Amino acid sequence: MLRRRELLAGSVGTLLARAARPAGTADPHGSAEILGTLAGKRPLIRRAFRPPNYETPLRDLVAPFTPNDAFFVRYHLAVIPEVDPHSWRLAVGGASAGHALSLSLRDLRENFEPATVVAVNQCSGNRRGLFTPRVPGVQWGNGAMGNARWSGVRLRDVLQRAGVAADALEIWLEGADGPVLPATPRFQKSLPVERALDENTLIALQMNDAPLPHWNGAPARLVVPGWTGTYWMKHLTAIRIEPKPLESFWMKAAYRVPTGAFPGARFASQENPDTTPITEILVNSLITSHVWGARVPQGRRVTVAGKAWDNGAGIERVEYSIDGRQSWREAVLGSELGRFAWREFSVPLEPAQRGSLEVAVRARSRSGLEQPQKLTFNPSGYHDNIVQSLTLEVT
Amino acid sequence: MRRTAAVLSAAVLLLGTAGAQAQGGAAGEAGVQLKAGAGREVTTSRCIICHSLEYIPANAPAMDRAAWQKTLQKMRERFGAPIDEEEARTILDYLSTNYARRS
Repeated sequence: MLRRRELLAGSVGTLLARAARPAGTADPHGSAEILGTLAGKRPLIRRAFRPPNYETPLRDLVAPFTPNDAFFVRYHLAVIPEVDPHSWRLAVGGASAGHALSLSLRDLRENFEPATVVAVNQCSGNRRGLFTPRVPGVQWGNGAMGNARWSGVRLRDVLQRAGVAADALEIWLEGADGPVLPATPRFQKSLPVERALDENTLIALQMNDAPLPHWNGAPARLVVPGWTGTYWMKHLTAIRIEPKPLESFWMKAAYRVPTGAFPGARFASQENPDTTPITEILVNSLITSHVWGARVPQGRRVTVAGKAWDNGAGIERVEYSIDGRQSWREAVLGSELGRFAWREFSVPLEPAQRGSLEVAVRARSRSGLEQPQKLTFNPSGYHDNIVQSLTLEVT
Repeated sequence: MRRTAAVLSAAVLLLGTAGAQAQGGAAGEAGVQLKAGAGREVTTSRCIICHSLEYIPANAPAMDRAAWQKTLQKMRERFGAPIDEEEARTILDYLSTNYARRS
């Protein structure tokens, strides 16, 4: 049965072309994208109703700061309470804490130094739906990511207020959202203590200068710039300073990659010889100015533009190729919004011939890492940062 | 079996609460239905306790019988889904028949 909402969504056009497909595949998975609306959000690509998983469409990834009502939504568990900001308290404690704290929003606002960071929040599984061969999980396209200005207080300041003992190993995090069945593991995550004490790791109360939207973790969420979204605990309720590794399904079984397969920070206390937690975002880029197959006029100036980002080392350069990846030229970089933010790039083109024009883009990080041509397969479908191409139709 | 039924009704009660709390998150999911076939009812009734049904067709291109077996095992053993042995066999047959990639 089609609901009214579905019909309304249909009338504004529910099908979007999937942008920036992997090279050499015209339409790898042939899937249409269906828009759906969550309360307080504009129409987003609906990957799942419950738990809600909604992806930002390409057109909403064009702005330098992704609007709050367009920002992607990702949940593992379906019981998502509306947290009352007045009665909300953040419990801080643990075996390696000097003493326990219970903090209200007012405590955070009034008794800690404000801090702000501009950072990309990217789901670990962004682009999983583009994986070949296919792997199970939410079949994200390119839009399980966004860039925002996050404001709140430093996690470090809160931890130090409680007191961090010398034997502290991990910071354990818990949010208000939970499972339907009591037997289902709650979404509990941890961070290495050194990353938690990094000055850029925040407890954010605001996103783009407005209170956090419900679906993005109101009233307070963790912001771990440079690390994938799985650590950015939403609806934060408890922080524990602990001398031992967290035993949680979401650390021990999920969000893991083959040990040594990818660059980036190590999470030593959660590592084993076979697998290790996913940690930092890999250098990546996305063309946002055009959808796959967009028509552009022959002999006229057209600007192909997009975003490049990494783990916070910063983007060194973006290059493009229009000859099947034989030769590469430098794209023009936009201004830097912060090292954890994405960086805009643009490519001025003047297509001489009618027909298909393939534009490939690759970014290079100041860390020296560059987007690879080949996917490093991993069973959970993480870290797809391979060079993408977009085909334009010159008419 | 009786224990499963009791857990299940508790789950359905919880689901009511979850649905109300998730609000927009669950709205419209009643429109999603699985393909007709032997085992559809038990598959539907067990899977919707925790998640909407489109997770199943969305994952079909990544799934074969072994992958569904693994997923069922995860749901039962790790996530505590109230699915007994007999139901698990029926659900596995249904999913492998109707929601597996062509290989």
